[in-house]
Order: sequence, then structure tokens, then C-alpha cells
Amino acid sequence: MGTVPEDLTRVPDLSSTGGLHTEEMVLNVGPQHPATHGVLRVLVSVDGERIVRAEPVIGYMHRGHEKLVEQRDFRQITNLLSRMDWLSGINNEIPASLAVERMLGLEVPRRAQYLRVILAELNRITNHLMFTGSFGLELGATTPVMYAFRERELIQEALELVTGGRMHFGFIRPGGLKEDVPRGFVDLARRGVRQLVAKIPDYEDLLMGNEIFKQRTVGVGCLDAALALDHGVSGPILRACGIPYDIRKADPYLVYDEFEFDTPLGAQGDSFDRFWVLVQEMKESARIVEQALDGLPEGSHIGAVPKRLTLPEGQIYSHAENPLGELGYYLVSDGGNKPYRMKIRTPSFSNISVAAHMLRGAFVPDMIAILGSMFFVVGDIDR
Amino acid sequence: MVTTLHHILANSIVLLALKLGVLLLLLPATLVVGYVELKVMAHMQHRLGPMYAGVYHGWAQTLADGLKFIQKEDIMAAATDRTVFSMVPFITMLGAALTFVVIPFSRHGVIANLDIGLFYALAVSSISVIGVLAAGWASANKYSLMGGLRAAAQLIAYELPLVLAAAAVAMQAGSLSLVSIAEAQRYVPFAIWAQPLGFLIFLAAATAEVSRTPFDMPVAEAEIITGAFTEYSAMKFAFGLFAAEYIAMIGMSALAATLFLGGYVPLFPFLRFVPGPVWFLLKTALIIFLLIWIRWTFPRLREDQLQKFAWKVLIPLSLVNIFVTGALKLAHLT
Repeated sequence: MGTVPEDLTRVPDLSSTGGLHTEEMVLNVGPQHPATHGVLRVLVSVDGERIVRAEPVIGYMHRGHEKLVEQRDFRQITNLLSRMDWLSGINNEIPASLAVERMLGLEVPRRAQYLRVILAELNRITNHLMFTGSFGLELGATTPVMYAFRERELIQEALELVTGGRMHFGFIRPGGLKEDVPRGFVDLARRGVRQLVAKIPDYEDLLMGNEIFKQRTVGVGCLDAALALDHGVSGPILRACGIPYDIRKADPYLVYDEFEFDTPLGAQGDSFDRFWVLVQEMKESARIVEQALDGLPEGSHIGAVPKRLTLPEGQIYSHAENPLGELGYYLVSDGGNKPYRMKIRTPSFSNISVAAHMLRGAFVPDMIAILGSMFFVVGDIDR
Repeated sequence: MVTTLHHILANSIVLLALKLGVLLLLLPATLVVGYVELKVMAHMQHRLGPMYAGVYHGWAQTLADGLKFIQKEDIMAAATDRTVFSMVPFITMLGAALTFVVIPFSRHGVIANLDIGLFYALAVSSISVIGVLAAGWASANKYSLMGGLRAAAQLIAYELPLVLAAAAVAMQAGSLSLVSIAEAQRYVPFAIWAQPLGFLIFLAAATAEVSRTPFDMPVAEAEIITGAFTEYSAMKFAFGLFAAEYIAMIGMSALAATLFLGGYVPLFPFLRFVPGPVWFLLKTALIIFLLIWIRWTFPRLREDQLQKFAWKVLIPLSLVNIFVTGALKLAHLT
């Protein structure tokens, strides 16, 4: 256990009530509540508007993915896994294919690797844009979400052109991709990221440059780096605490080591830093996409994969930098064509586990700012 | 013929009916302002907004919304205090509508030209809060209770700067009658000369008074789910929240337009041929547009931050404003 920062453990001083006995009220936030975007439930005990205790209750969307994948072969599981974090399907599919490829020693063509990077980064941008917009919405600013969706649409169109889907892509296969990208994709993707980069200053002005937004987020929900590490927090939330942990750099997979990009780091890990890191990461993703589109090699989109895909007996842990953090699959094979067991480590699950510490001592409106900047997808928590 | 007309108009019952008619116009006015808000918001957000209802640019959207509310089931939870719960829409709407009794549409077009018109307008505009507080209590819902308490706490924060800013105007005009205040601004509105600071303070406080972003904490949907009105449905919701909010917004805008922009008084002498009500409506519409613009641009403050803003910024500023107004008055500079 790390130490909880001083200002978060501060329980309200009840002597200010002049000796009057006041009761705590248990407020049941969710599972149906506009700010939990999904079915997260938070049981908060409030003293007036001050939160004394908060306990996230999860499991309302448990679909048993870990058990379900045991009934499907290695090509089918990718379709299932894209439904965990429904905002970043491609990113969910990649590490599963990586696990299979590594166990079989499959060679993935360079074109497929580049395309995977492009699709993953485009998907990361659509994911981040969603949270950029909805964070403003939770703080009462209704306009940024519309702007975010405007930019998101073009990139969604690019993803739709390639995969035919807008949420559950099912496009990454062991050994490569389902198909090659169609004509026009490169131009559309380039147009999408260029429009995004051109519009990001608007978001920065509208939200981060706004005095009210700063008042609501700076110093609100500070996350101590040690506490974050103890809870297995990863992704933009961890980087907002100043820890440069990005699997794309720490344990490069695909061809990420061939691209130039930075890891934006926050200073004090408050809501503002988390949001800032999120917006900066979109710029970095756009940089990666541009580089990958420029250097896109010719060739096949899928390597030589046996028709009947059986893995040798053994186990492997494969992880990747999901938009929300570290997504890991621990795959155990008994030599068959289905996983014997697959433990899924989702980023949102670990990230939300620290929320109870962060909510203590905050105001009810701060709870919204904190939960909104924890960037979670309920399907990713419960899976 | 003319004498007959005068005779009919002088008849107190006809006059009363005409004056009541003004108040009855408020409901259609909320539909218009609601539609304008939908459209302005949509265009600020790169959207078209309603385009289908009524065929031409969705002009009938708010009307259709109102009809939808009529058809909805009126739900009351078992633990609700039914009497108080049902009374709330009357209180919130009445409080908002009563302001119009003293607001002049033209030199003589005022329902009651009270000598203490300004005092009356500020007093009745606070009645709505009682309704919100009652709604919060009667709903038997924790979110509603928090919303009601927030509304009451907010009253303490904005009411003082609102009154102090209006007091400076009264000093400037030398009268509490809204007609005299408007007349004092013949061709030079107070917002431009003498009271620009007061105008900004009044605008900020008025935004808080009508619970609009950035001061919409009592109805914050992402936090406490429309606050005191969580449990309301059907027409009670439409009247208690929507109609009351829009009438209050029109009322505060009309008041601000009268106090700081001169109400029905023309802006330039050469435009004297344009009738007073037109000027009044234009100026009110300008303030309403400002409020809409602010609402769709800013995030929401926190309740304690509003208190700080009110007590540490707005109230000292409005006191300074009163002091400067008085000093300039004494020196016969304004």
C-alpha cells in the first residue's frame, strides 16, 4: 500500500457545525447515472456535499469473456475481445493475435504490421476524442463533445472504409489482417488526422484555456504516483502522474520502434493533467499515423497461416498499450485449437480500483470531474 | 368613433383583460425563446438543430415538445408529498411571471407603473427559489434534496450583487420606477455610460438567478440529475422546469434591458419613429442571446466556487460601483 496524499485523506471537520449533530447520507450513484457513462455504481457517503467514503461497485456488465473465449478457436476470439473496450476494438484485438503469432512463431508481413499500427492509432484517436468530448459534457460544457464528434467522424469513416464496422471491427487475424486496405484509405486517413491536428488548438482554447475549467480540474483528484503503481494503474492516467510507462516504448511490439513519437507526461496527476495528457496523446498518435502512412510498404496483408490453427502446449503473456492503459492476455494452451484458459487484464479494471482513494474528501461535483478523468469503459471493467 | 375607442380602453375591465393578455403571452414566448435557444446552440455546435417539425427549419419543435409533455404519464413516487409536489410548478412559474407586472413595454405600456417597481421586480424574482426548495423536499429523493439546497445556497450568493448592481442604477436614475429609469437613459444607455461595471455584475448575477451555465449547479444533470426536478414528469416538468426557466430568463433579460439598455427608449434620436415595444423586444433579445451564448460556451462552476466568486469578487465590485456612482453623482459629473 502506498501512502494516500494528505489532502485526500482529510475527513471533513465536523466541529464547524457548531456541535450540531449531523448525519451522513448514503448517495447511490448509478448504475444508471449520466456521469458514470455505463453501469458503474458508486456508493458514496456524503456529509453535505463532501464525500466521506466512496466505494465503486462493479460487475453490472459482466459477460464472462474469459469463459467465452475458451469455447472459440483462435480466429474467433478476436471478435469477442473487441467487445470489451468497445471504444477501441482494434487495440483489443492486436495483443490476442500477437500471443498466437508468438506461440506459433508466425511471420507477419511488414505491410500488415504497418497497417496494424495505423489502425490501432486511428482507433486510439477515436477513443481519446470520445473522452475529450464527454469530459467537457460532465463539467457542464456541452459544446466540446459536438466538436470532438465532428473530428471523430472522419476517422471513423476511414476505419469503416477498411473494416466495414464502426465499433466492433473484427479485422485483426493471427498472421496479419482480414483484408488489405481499399483504395482511398490512405488519403482519407491522412485527411482525418490532419483535420484533427488542425482542430486540437480549438479544444485547448475552449476547455484547457477556460478559467472555469481550470478551477474545476486543477488540483482536483490528485493521484499519487506510488499509489497509482500499487493499484496497477496504467495508460494516460499513469503518465499524468509523471511516470513514463508506455508499452509502445517500454516493450515495443509491431513496428512501434520504427516511429518517432513522444510520451506526454503530467506533473501532479490531477484531473487537468489527465485531460492534458489525453489531448497530447492524440497529437502523438496523429504523428505515428502520418509516419506509417508515408512509409507504408507494399506486400501481402497476411502471412502464411495454417488452415487449422492449433497452438503448441504452453503459455504466454502478451500485452499492448491500449488507449486506456495496459491490456494483457495471459494465454494457456493445452495443444488444442482453443485457449485452455485466458486471463484478461484490462486497463479500466485496474484504473478504477484507485477511484475509492481519490474520491475520499472530494466534493460531489469533484466526483464527476474525477470519474470523468479516469477514462474508463464499463465493458472494459466488467468484461 | 375615437371617443368610443377611448371609452372602451378606459373601461377598467377591458384594460385588465389587456394587461392579463400580456401575461398570457409569456407561454408562447417561452416556446419562441426555446426554439431560438435550440437553433443558436445547434449552430454554435456545427449542427442544424431541429429541421423537421413544422417543415420550415423545425419552427414547431418546441410546440411539439410541449404536446409530447401533455401526453406523458404524470408520475409521482409513493413517498412524495403530493400537495407540495403539485404546487411547485405554480410557484416557480408565478415567481418568474410576476416580474412582468412592472416592466414597461413602452412609455405607457406597463401593467402597473409602481413607484417601487425595481424593488418589486427584484423581490418577486426570488420567489421561484421557494418552489425549487419545496420541489427538492417534496420529491423524497436525495438528488432532488441536494438540488433544492444548492438552489437555496445559490440565492445567498447572487442575490446581493444583483440587488447592489440594481441599487446603483436606482441612484443613477434617481428613481425606483422602471419607467423613470428607462427615461433617464434617453439616447445614452447606462450600460455604455455610467454603469458598465454594474451591467456586467448584473448579467453574472442574473445568470445565477435563472440557474444557467456556468451557474447551473442546482440543475446540474451530470451531477445531481436535474436536481430538484429529478422526480418530475409530464406537464409538471414542462411547467415547473422548462417554462419557469424560460420565463425567468425572459424576465431577467427584460429587467436588464430596462435597467441598463434603456428598455423601450430608442438608442438614437433619429430612430425615434421606431415604436417603443420594438426597441424593448430588440434589447431583451440581445440579452437573451448573450445568456444563450454564455450557456453553450462555459463549463459549470462548483457551488463553493460560486460563493467565493460572489462574496470575494462580485459583492466588493458592486460596492465599489455604488461608491463611484455616488461620488460622481455628488460631483455632478453624471
